[in-house]
Amino acid sequence: MLEIFQYDFMLRAFVAGFIISILAPSIGIFLVVKRYSLLTDTLSHVSLVGVALGLLAGINPIITAIGVSVVAALGMEKLRHAKKIFGESILTLFLSGGLALSLIIFGLSRGLNVNIFTYLFGSITTVSAGDLRLMGGFGFVIIIIIYTLFKRFFITAYDEELAQANGLPIKFLNLTLMILAAVTISISMRIVGALLVGALMVIPVLAATQFGKSFLKTFFYSVGISILSVTTGLFASFYLNLPTGATIVMSALILFVISLAINKKS
Amino acid sequence: MSVEPVIEVNNLNFSYNNISVLENISFAVQKGDYVGIIGPNGGGKTTLLKILVGLLNPQSGSIKIFGTDLQKLKHRSEIGYVPQRIAQENISFPATVYEIVESGLIAKKGLSGDITEEDKQAIDKALEMANISNLKNRLMSSLSGGQRQRVYVTRALASDPKILILDEPFTGVDIVSQKDFYSFLKDLNTKNHLTILFVSHDIDTITTEIKTVLCLNRGLFCYGAKELMHEGNTIEELYGKNVTHIHHGK
Repeated sequence: MLEIFQYDFMLRAFVAGFIISILAPSIGIFLVVKRYSLLTDTLSHVSLVGVALGLLAGINPIITAIGVSVVAALGMEKLRHAKKIFGESILTLFLSGGLALSLIIFGLSRGLNVNIFTYLFGSITTVSAGDLRLMGGFGFVIIIIIYTLFKRFFITAYDEELAQANGLPIKFLNLTLMILAAVTISISMRIVGALLVGALMVIPVLAATQFGKSFLKTFFYSVGISILSVTTGLFASFYLNLPTGATIVMSALILFVISLAINKKS
Repeated sequence: MSVEPVIEVNNLNFSYNNISVLENISFAVQKGDYVGIIGPNGGGKTTLLKILVGLLNPQSGSIKIFGTDLQKLKHRSEIGYVPQRIAQENISFPATVYEIVESGLIAKKGLSGDITEEDKQAIDKALEMANISNLKNRLMSSLSGGQRQRVYVTRALASDPKILILDEPFTGVDIVSQKDFYSFLKDLNTKNHLTILFVSHDIDTITTEIKTVLCLNRGLFCYGAKELMHEGNTIEELYGKNVTHIHHGK
């Protein structure tokens, strides 16, 4: 057996990575086609506030990150719906606000600064058995919701106005998607890190769109590319002793470049 | 015996941020009618269509579809809607023609329910009717503007609507495809007895195609047989004094 599989923390990292690699592009595909990819970065920065609060209060930071990012997602959707501020500006507002607030909380609580790097860039050594149960539970619920509402999310992503004219509750569907994105980002932070989780939601989808011949095929290709990126990234992180988030995202980027080259050739 | 109109609009008023867009609009569309809506930009044409499909709520007035108040209409799919799209279309969206047409039937089911065998037959029938069965596995991004417009109409047709509403369907569509598309709409109106309302800026062409004209510029300038628009100074009053309408005849 390879050395990498002899460590319990690596086995946990692989299970966690597998869950994340399915969830991230499953949500990301709808955000990419809605031209709302930046939402992933915004939510990941906002979730750092939850991490800081969790570490400060001695609660599992994933739980508090989910709470804070879901509240932020609801706030962003409300502002977007009001149409008083440009969608992109709302994202920037929350992104910078979230990062600033989290740094203040981290700064106020000296001694916690050591932990912030694992949440910023991801780490393979920090996934506990409890985290895994949490990821598995949330992951299962998210997959069930995506499976149930997949075609409704598709219609809303394609044309909100048309979906609304057809009688679909677009406000509910958009809100659900935002909440799913917030939860996915929060549970992915342990492995990929807050600063890079957005990339895992977007890059595999971009790679898949290079050769996807339908929306459904693009969806499955993006999940496949994501699984490959996470697996390769975890190996690279272990053997090269590099931050996991960085190696995963670099793997995804390489696959994206390859897909571009294949597309150009064909 | 009087036939109940399929669309009945009474004293409709609508404003955006206290700016009046539609004022006291009243008209009735009969079953099987083919209505062309004309008027200058900002005259309220798109707003009227959006109100008719339930996307906007008027401040006052009533709208009845098949004699039922629009808000109480249970089967929204009886109204097929093709919004103004080419200009704002997401071309890079990786969807096939079939997926787009199918989405019309999925939306009809609300939040739950999947495509049945019956639905699949309805999709195939709509694709055949629009003569685009050969395109069903093609990506939308690989189609021309005219072909994409046909897909959107097919999407509406799959739900077996009684009324078809189109907002500027010819924007970005070349002249050959336009002619083809007009003939397709005419067939839907005459052979399939579909009531059609559409907005267009191409005044001259639509007068040769439609049965009824609706002239709109905040208020209703004219509504009736298409010949109405050539009477008196209707066009000049509708668009302003500087407009010169050159009619090419039949």
